[in-house]
Amino acid sequence: MSFVMGCAPRRKCQVIEQRLPLAPARAGRFTGLGRMLVGFALLGVFAIVSLPSPAAVIETEALSDPALVARYRHLIDEYRCPKCQNQNLAESDSPISKDLRSEIRRMLEEGASDAEISEFLVARYGEFILYRPAFHSGTYVLWLAPLAFVALGALILVAVVKRRRRSQAPGLQAEEREQLQALLGRAAQADQLDKPQ
Amino acid sequence: MVPGCRAAVSDAVTRLKLFVPLLAFAVLAPLLYWGLGRDPGAMPTALKGKPIPAFTLPSLTTPDAQLDQALFAGQVSLLNVWATWCPSCRIEHPYLMHLAEQGVPVFGLNYKDEGEPARRWLKDLGNPYREVIFDASGRLGLDLGVFGAPETYLVDSRGIVRARHVGVLDERVWQKEFAALYQSLQNPEER
Repeated sequence: MSFVMGCAPRRKCQVIEQRLPLAPARAGRFTGLGRMLVGFALLGVFAIVSLPSPAAVIETEALSDPALVARYRHLIDEYRCPKCQNQNLAESDSPISKDLRSEIRRMLEEGASDAEISEFLVARYGEFILYRPAFHSGTYVLWLAPLAFVALGALILVAVVKRRRRSQAPGLQAEEREQLQALLGRAAQADQLDKPQ
Repeated sequence: MVPGCRAAVSDAVTRLKLFVPLLAFAVLAPLLYWGLGRDPGAMPTALKGKPIPAFTLPSLTTPDAQLDQALFAGQVSLLNVWATWCPSCRIEHPYLMHLAEQGVPVFGLNYKDEGEPARRWLKDLGNPYREVIFDASGRLGLDLGVFGAPETYLVDSRGIVRARHVGVLDERVWQKEFAALYQSLQNPEER
C-alpha cells in the first residue's frame, strides 16, 4: 500500500484505490517479514561474494611442517603489502608480496623466530609494513584515537540522555486539554464532511 | 535567575549549536584537502642513514664482472632501480640521460629483469649508467626495500643512503627532493 501513502488529501487516495482495486493485494506481497527475509538473503549473498579468498595465494605446500604452516598463515596476515597498501601479504598478489612471502617461508625453514622475521622486514620496509606497529611517539595517535572517539561518543550519549530526561514534557494542564479536545472535535467533524456520499 | 533570562540564555546556546557543523567542516576540510595532495606511495626509506646493503652481483653490461657495495664509495651518486617491464622507467629514462650529461654519477639496478632485453634497452635508448647491477632474483632490491620500479636512491660518498624517491624522477622531483642534498653532500667541508 505504500504507493498511496504519499498523497495528502484523503479523497484523492480513495479515488486511486477505487481505480486500482487489485493494487493493495499486490503491494502487500512483500511487506513485513517477507521483505526482511529478502533483505537478509541479499545481505548474505553480498557477504559471501565479498569474502577474501586467501587460500588462492598462500603457498603453504612449500613448507615442511604443519606448525610452520600455522605460523606462516599468521605472519602473512600481520604484514602489509608495501605496494598495495590496503592488503596484507596473504591477500596481495603483487610481485613484491610474492617475494616477501617466499622470504618469510625461507626464514621459517631456517628456524627464524617471529621477532627475527619482523625485524628483517622492518629493517627493509620500515614500520609501515606492520599492521600493529609498536606503541611510541610516532604511533600513539594511531593507537589512542579510537579510544578517544569512543570516549567522546559516550560523553555525547550521556549528555543527550540526561537532557532528554530533564526536558520530558510535563502532563497537559486542564486548559490545554480542553483546547486539544476542541481541536480534535473539529478535525473529526471535517473528516465526516470529507467522506464521499 | 529570571525565567525570561534563562530562556534567552538557552536560546543563545541553541543558536551557537547551529554552528557546530560549520566548525566541524572548518576542521575537516583542510585535513581532507591535505590528504588529497599526499602521495601514499611516498614512503621514507627505512635505509636512510644506513649503508647500501652488502651484495655481490654481476654487471649487466659485462656479465663476467662482479660488482659489490664498494661501487658507491668515493662519489655522491644516484642508484636508479629500473626494468624493461616497467613503463614508467621508459618515461624516466630521458631525464636520467640528462642528469648523466650534467655529470651526476648514476648507477643502475636492473631489477627482476632479463639480461638480453635490458641490454637492448640500453643500446636503443642510450645508457645513462656508470654501471648497472644485474639483480635478476630481486634479492638486492628486497634488501634495499624496493617495492616497485622506478625508484631512485641518493647515496653519499661513503655509500650511505641519504634519500629515496619512489616513482618517476623528473626535473621537479630532482629540484624538490635531491638537488639541495646533492649539492651539500658534494661539498662536505662547507657543512
